[in-house]
Amino acid sequence: MRYSAYSIFKEALSGNRMWKPAWREPQPKPHYDVIIVGGGGHGLATAYYLAKEFGITNVAVLEKGYLGSGNVGRNTTIIRSNYLLEGNNPFYEFSLKLWEGLERDFNYNAMVSQRGILNLFHSDGQRDAHARKGNGMRIHGVDAELLDREQVRRKAPYLNFDHARFPIMGALYQKRAGTVRHDAVAWGYGRGADARGVDLIQHCEVTGIRRENGLVVGVETTRGFIGCNKLALAAAGNTTTVGRMADLELPIETHVLQAFVSEGLKPVVDHVITYGAGHFYISQSDKGGLVFGAEIDFYSSYAQRGNLQTVEHTMEEGVSLIPGLSRAKVLRSWGGVMDMSMDGSPIIDRTPIDNLYLNCGWCYGGFKATPASGFCFAHLIAKNETHHVSRFMRLDRFERGYTIDEAGRGPQPNLH
Amino acid sequence: MASLITCPHCGTRPKEEFSIRGAAAPKRPSPTAKDEAWHRYVYVRDNPKGRYEEYWHHEAGCRRFLVVERDNLTHEVFGVTDAAEFKRGGAAE
Repeated sequence: MRYSAYSIFKEALSGNRMWKPAWREPQPKPHYDVIIVGGGGHGLATAYYLAKEFGITNVAVLEKGYLGSGNVGRNTTIIRSNYLLEGNNPFYEFSLKLWEGLERDFNYNAMVSQRGILNLFHSDGQRDAHARKGNGMRIHGVDAELLDREQVRRKAPYLNFDHARFPIMGALYQKRAGTVRHDAVAWGYGRGADARGVDLIQHCEVTGIRRENGLVVGVETTRGFIGCNKLALAAAGNTTTVGRMADLELPIETHVLQAFVSEGLKPVVDHVITYGAGHFYISQSDKGGLVFGAEIDFYSSYAQRGNLQTVEHTMEEGVSLIPGLSRAKVLRSWGGVMDMSMDGSPIIDRTPIDNLYLNCGWCYGGFKATPASGFCFAHLIAKNETHHVSRFMRLDRFERGYTIDEAGRGPQPNLH
Repeated sequence: MASLITCPHCGTRPKEEFSIRGAAAPKRPSPTAKDEAWHRYVYVRDNPKGRYEEYWHHEAGCRRFLVVERDNLTHEVFGVTDAAEFKRGGAAE
């Protein structure tokens, strides 16, 4: 079924009883051309683009929980392409361009809202760093604007401009950045893939990878053995666990990142605001809740829950930036497990096993990358060639000395 | 994660006093080891789910590096030792 204003009107007149499920619940077939492990944003986007752009439809997505039950349903929904390095910027800009046309492309309302992002700065040195990043973006043809204190004040008058430790001097502004309804991204991609013949198989956990003569022949799952010609991993925080089944050695540590949402309020925060000096960022959902978070909890964790120390720290930083936040009530907090890579950048690459493909290392920035990650991964799987915007995101870059260290923090995954 | 860490030097202290360096399992190769050994030491991580040894720095206490052995799924802490006493089993080749 194609969604449109007409279909909503028509279904309303018939009491909304005619809506069909958005995707099938197929039984696994004995063999597929491509199996994708992980039914999150990246796995579903990969399946969608494999079918739509590269004509490969004999595909299964295996998900151990339900579709979108991992980080695509747990993030803070921000999209942006304000990256400095050549290995990152064109990739994230490609992603942002895909976001801009996404809803028309997959016929689903993902509530893409380009409300702009403000990266605040508080010192001359930080301003220089932001100016450099903005210039780097503009060299790549991406919009970026350096705002002074008064320009920021006009956009966000509620900020604590005279903060004792970090007075606000200005911000780097990317107007095309924004937020997206995250669950709808998973649903839209899933529905689009399903409509093109991809089997989305939920509650099917991969327990082993079967290899013969050095090639993958299929996966053992909780629903039996399923054969494949090519196997693609998009398992986020569980990448190491799945990769170990194929003896992959990965530059990944798993960490937990928390996020928070307040009670619904009237519109107050019109942009996405990041406060790097205080490790805090915030936006407001269309439902009115303030969505915010800070850094990871710093210790290795596979638990999808965080520590109170980080909760307290996040609240302190939030109130110090937006004093009025102290009057809002926090409704919920949650945690997701992140595949933190050793340079803070992702991996979309082949592996030492010829028909095994890897998509991982998204740290806590994977949501904004969903469309480009799916597109580039599908390109790699279909053509066995790297897409040019993801050509730096290689698995062997650490060994060869070509890390993409956007933050310049070295091989310390809990600091990226 | 547990809220209290028992430092072998300072006793039971709130975890806020510590900062976390990362995995304690990788063994530092000898200076003349091949690039491959150094690559594995610097970049490759076992990243196990479950029992895990991690360097913690008692920043607001004795300022010693410690090795906290714990479960990274249940957050149970099994033991804390001073990094100097932590058995490294010798340098890798």
